[in-house]
Amino acid sequence: MNAPASNLSEAGAVLLRGRNITRRWGGLVALKEVDVALQRGSIHAVIGTNGAGKSTLINILSGEFPPSEGQVELLGQDVTAWAQARRARAGLGRSYQRNTIYPSFSVFENCRLAAQATHQQAWRWWQSAQHCTVSCGIAEDVVQRSGLADLRNLAAGLLSHGQKRQLEIAMCLATQPQVLLLDEPLAGMGAEETERMLAMLEDLKADHAILLVEHDMDAVFRIADRVTVMVNGSVIASDTPAAIRTDPQVLTAYLGDH
Amino acid sequence: MNTRLAFVLACFALLALFPLVAGSYGIDLVTKIMVYAIFALSLELLVGGTGLVCFGQAAFFGIGAYTAVLLSSDSNASSLAWLLPASVLAAAAYALVVGSLSLRTKGVYFIMVTLAFAQMAYYVVHDTPLGGGTDGIYLTLKPVLGTLLDLDKPGTLYGFTLACLVLVFAGLAVLGRSRFGRALAGIRVNEQRMRATGFSTYPYKLAAFTVSGGIAGLAGFLFAVKDGFVNPEMMSWHLSGAVLIMIILGGLGHLRGALIGAFAFALLQELFKSEAIFGAFAKHWHLGLGLSIIACVVLLSRGLVGLPAQLPARLLGAKNSEGAAP
Repeated sequence: MNAPASNLSEAGAVLLRGRNITRRWGGLVALKEVDVALQRGSIHAVIGTNGAGKSTLINILSGEFPPSEGQVELLGQDVTAWAQARRARAGLGRSYQRNTIYPSFSVFENCRLAAQATHQQAWRWWQSAQHCTVSCGIAEDVVQRSGLADLRNLAAGLLSHGQKRQLEIAMCLATQPQVLLLDEPLAGMGAEETERMLAMLEDLKADHAILLVEHDMDAVFRIADRVTVMVNGSVIASDTPAAIRTDPQVLTAYLGDH
Repeated sequence: MNTRLAFVLACFALLALFPLVAGSYGIDLVTKIMVYAIFALSLELLVGGTGLVCFGQAAFFGIGAYTAVLLSSDSNASSLAWLLPASVLAAAAYALVVGSLSLRTKGVYFIMVTLAFAQMAYYVVHDTPLGGGTDGIYLTLKPVLGTLLDLDKPGTLYGFTLACLVLVFAGLAVLGRSRFGRALAGIRVNEQRMRATGFSTYPYKLAAFTVSGGIAGLAGFLFAVKDGFVNPEMMSWHLSGAVLIMIILGGLGHLRGALIGAFAFALLQELFKSEAIFGAFAKHWHLGLGLSIIACVVLLSRGLVGLPAQLPARLLGAKNSEGAAP
């Protein structure tokens, strides 16, 4: 049943829910009956070793490919059959593990192009992208918000790795999402860049539901409100960071029987 | 005014002044090259603008040409006012059909599917009475626009072709800066990211494919009017390959690259065909043309548009290495 629209704007409202998600690749079960719920105002981290199924989960939730079984609900609507672009327009933003920015475009242009996705009227196709006030307004806002304002005219390919990751998030924000699925946003970052990114995520938390797939455990346990641990495609624990730290199943999975 | 715009304006100004100094051979040759340039621009929208390597562009060119000839009357000169749009629309309609199916594939499959559709069109005109078979069909009376334009006159056809080239170039330049054009550029760089951002990429690509087919149809129409004759070779894969070489030679991703590439390709062709220069070797002109294209691609990775940027570096590099030698 669809949740009432008024409830979705409140903190704690479930904006994205995955129910019983299973994904098989031939005989390999990449995800097995995974349940996940993302709430507004909360960062939900998903951790696990390589091959645990974290990226597969993000890909299914974002609509990159469909689940073999299970259901995805976005803002109370069943979107399992929706294409990725439609989910994105409905309020689902995602970033990738690797940089997917447009290197030859300026920082501002990257954000403006992403913002353009929010209002794609066919009859305005000919309008100059540079003079589109709506896209430019949104792009200006996210460039400021992501701390890239000083670099707005620089070709994105010339940014440092950390700045590229910031731009990835800025491009997500330019689509004005309610849910953010972030695949290893801290990968390859230095200490200073990590701090900046964590501050940005903390800032975004109030208005968004965030799923964070990350290998940096210090950062995860510092920022996450809830942590889900995956092993071999299954969820072995999902709880608050404090409870996860002492969960015997998690300790066994991460540290073995020592 | 930036140098690129100044270069393009200078090219168009030179083309406008060319008939004042050229003879009938020169006018005929440059008219043909301008038609090739329009054809190359149509493919540049797909390859350089959207990242779609179409290997069947000649089909749209040929359909534009055949439509012009098949719809023309043998007793009265047809009006340009309806014959030109009909040729463009016929080519665009075929592009819409081909695009709607072929754009479901990617990479090398897309290249092969577009080639297959072009070969289908080729065999329709080659093997049926509709297209006059291998002999082709003659255009008895060339189209007119009242008393204003008579395309039977080489000078008028030259001016009309130049006007079409300027319009297509300007239209594609505006399109490249539009919301639609920027979305196509995004698709060229990273289609997956565009989908994740909220763009349904298929309609964008299909629209680009259809517009490209329509422009190729315009080029085909002009070619048929210029030669007064069409045959199946206008739809052959050789021509699809040649136009692809033109845009690679000129430099992918630049409209002026298509323009330069068309001129370079056609002039190299004329050069190596010249018996006055190459004597008996002129009959092997394909060899000379091929070698010079390979040399261009090897030495100029960004095509001829990259020449001003690369030449000083190469010359400097050569001098430095000479200086470093013991």
